[in-house]
Amino acid sequence: MYVYDDFDRQIIQQRVAQFRGQTQRYLAGELTDQEFLPLRLQNGLYIQRLAPMLRVNVPYGMLNSTQLRKLAHIARFYDKGYCHVSTRQNIQFNWPELAEVPNILAELAEVEMHATQSSGNCIRNITSDQFAGIAEDELVDPRPYCEIIRQWSSFHPEFAFLPRKFKIAVTGAEDSDRAATQVHDIGLQLRRSETGEIGFKVLVGGGLGRTPVIGSAIREFLPQAHLLSYLEAILRIYNQLGRRDNKYKARIKILVRAMGAEAFAEKVEAEWQQLKGGHSTLTDEEIERARHFFTLPDYEHLDGARTEAELQAQAAGSKAFSRWLQRNTRGHRQPGYAAVVLSLKPTGVAPGDVTEVQLDNIAELADTYSFGEVRTTHEQNIVLADVKKSALFALWQQAKAAGFATPNIGTLTDMICCPGGDFCSLANAKSIPVAEAIQRRFDDMDYLYDLGDIDLNISGCMNACGHHHVGHIGILGVDKKGEEFYQVQLGGNAGANTTLGRVLGPSFGREEMPAVIQKLLDVYVENRSDDEPFVDTYQRIGLEPFKERVYAKSH
Amino acid sequence: MPSLIKDGAVASDDWCVLEKPEEGQAAAVAVPDQRVIVPLAVWQAQREPLQARRQTLGVWLGPEDSADQLGAEAGEFELLAVHFPTFMDGRGFSTARLLRERYAFNGELRAIGHFIRDQLCYMRRCGFNAFSFAEPIDLQAALASLDDFTEYYQAGTDQPLPLFRRRA
Repeated sequence: MYVYDDFDRQIIQQRVAQFRGQTQRYLAGELTDQEFLPLRLQNGLYIQRLAPMLRVNVPYGMLNSTQLRKLAHIARFYDKGYCHVSTRQNIQFNWPELAEVPNILAELAEVEMHATQSSGNCIRNITSDQFAGIAEDELVDPRPYCEIIRQWSSFHPEFAFLPRKFKIAVTGAEDSDRAATQVHDIGLQLRRSETGEIGFKVLVGGGLGRTPVIGSAIREFLPQAHLLSYLEAILRIYNQLGRRDNKYKARIKILVRAMGAEAFAEKVEAEWQQLKGGHSTLTDEEIERARHFFTLPDYEHLDGARTEAELQAQAAGSKAFSRWLQRNTRGHRQPGYAAVVLSLKPTGVAPGDVTEVQLDNIAELADTYSFGEVRTTHEQNIVLADVKKSALFALWQQAKAAGFATPNIGTLTDMICCPGGDFCSLANAKSIPVAEAIQRRFDDMDYLYDLGDIDLNISGCMNACGHHHVGHIGILGVDKKGEEFYQVQLGGNAGANTTLGRVLGPSFGREEMPAVIQKLLDVYVENRSDDEPFVDTYQRIGLEPFKERVYAKSH
Repeated sequence: MPSLIKDGAVASDDWCVLEKPEEGQAAAVAVPDQRVIVPLAVWQAQREPLQARRQTLGVWLGPEDSADQLGAEAGEFELLAVHFPTFMDGRGFSTARLLRERYAFNGELRAIGHFIRDQLCYMRRCGFNAFSFAEPIDLQAALASLDDFTEYYQAGTDQPLPLFRRRA
């Protein structure tokens, strides 16, 4: 994982000092609310419904145990004892005091963390694949490039007052896309040319929110050396031409759509020709420097077949362990190792919430079982990336005691859910109570396993932080004359073949939602063939059968 | 005399700024006979008569104007200015960089209009060396914000080498 040097430390300390001064001037009445707004946002601080919310960056989802313990300390000391894993792999604190935020940022800086540009109209935290570096289908590790982009975008003087927020995601997997690159302002997909050269396929103008759009490819292969100059060209065109008269039309997707992807690509190309080959061209040394932070951990050489056989023997002895293995672990490149997903979705807890005690527990699990590191996921869970198969049983028992072993990863109850109207001042409706009602209704694990992989995504408003457009089942909170209703979408899909869901029909009251979901599942179960997953059945039979059942007049 | 921040110090300002005329009036508007910064449209409409007085003439670009409209001509002026309609409008940051980096403008590059002291460091990095605030503020105190950062990751007009080329 990346380690700061004196330069990084100096820059982040200057940032903390800057924000400390700004906060003091604001509290002294020297900065207006309006002036302080973008300054606090670019340091991660929102003013929410009940209190400020501080969003801390977790660059491309990587955390070490020291950082986890610091987050636990912050939750204990400055907050109400818990925090939240967001759908962009970040950590959010819901109850900090404004005057204390500079101190929190100073504490984060001690462990090489920050909240820089985690909100505001600027380049946000770079997100990536939670299985980067270990995935069996990985072509190139995306993390060195994420770090290079993180540094380039941090405190970028030209792009701090963009028309709107700007999100970049990078994936290095060949056939899958766990970073949702098709629904980002810029999506970068690592590729190898025929000669073996590393580069990127560049997508622009994807996004969810009010106007969901799948990104357009504007360059099939960008050699890696030109990464920064090409990004700079895209951002410069957007900064100059993106709409600023209407915040709902200010994202780059609207510009790309208005100009047409081809015309936009030409503009970028013309600008890039001016920038190409300059000092921002990445050197081999820099790429190598970034890469050496993401080397393989010190794996033991294990007999893959033997460890797997031993594991299966353990699994045969415990149905509960076997279920957990099946749902909450993933394959690994290194023989004898597995990746483990700790579920932050037990019933009764807001999806993605984690307490200070649990943060310390995760740190301990990481130190004991996974080289002291974890990853956050955009599905709001935690991954221990490098666990020996022989240690899985012990890990499972500890994870169970700490509340992380709900064996529901990928199932209906492993839902993505934004904080919604309980916390967020943008939300039209609450989302956490809907999530909880669904978890309570569908608490039969055998039934959930029989249903298989289903992505249920819940957003409390059209800003779509809960990614409802790309859930197999998406739920969107809407406001009708001051009352909360929920619209259902079907058939969305994240990943390599990103698809946007279709609206089922008129919205429902909150109390109806578990029954609506039940009807959707019934239609699936009745129509599926063999092991056909939910989303495939939907694609085969279409929206109508679901619609008929849900809106059928009761007799 | 009004003051501004210039080259890292508070200085007095003997330039006046000519407001943008109504649509179609750029050719007719009278340019006062003193040090004056005229809108791009006025310069374009009155190039002939104004050509001779480069010493007392600057041009300002609004957010809708692009540095390309001045192009190589930029280098012939003593002073260029970029107007910020609100401090949230970041187009002027790109305009400044283009004037400096693409069109080799070496004279005074002045920010005018609505911006805040907390933007000074980034503005300086984009090539501005003079700052004339629309709102009266404590300029002496604001000087400190010019150097909120003294080390940077990415290239700017003040430091053309990104950090990765200087990291040893």
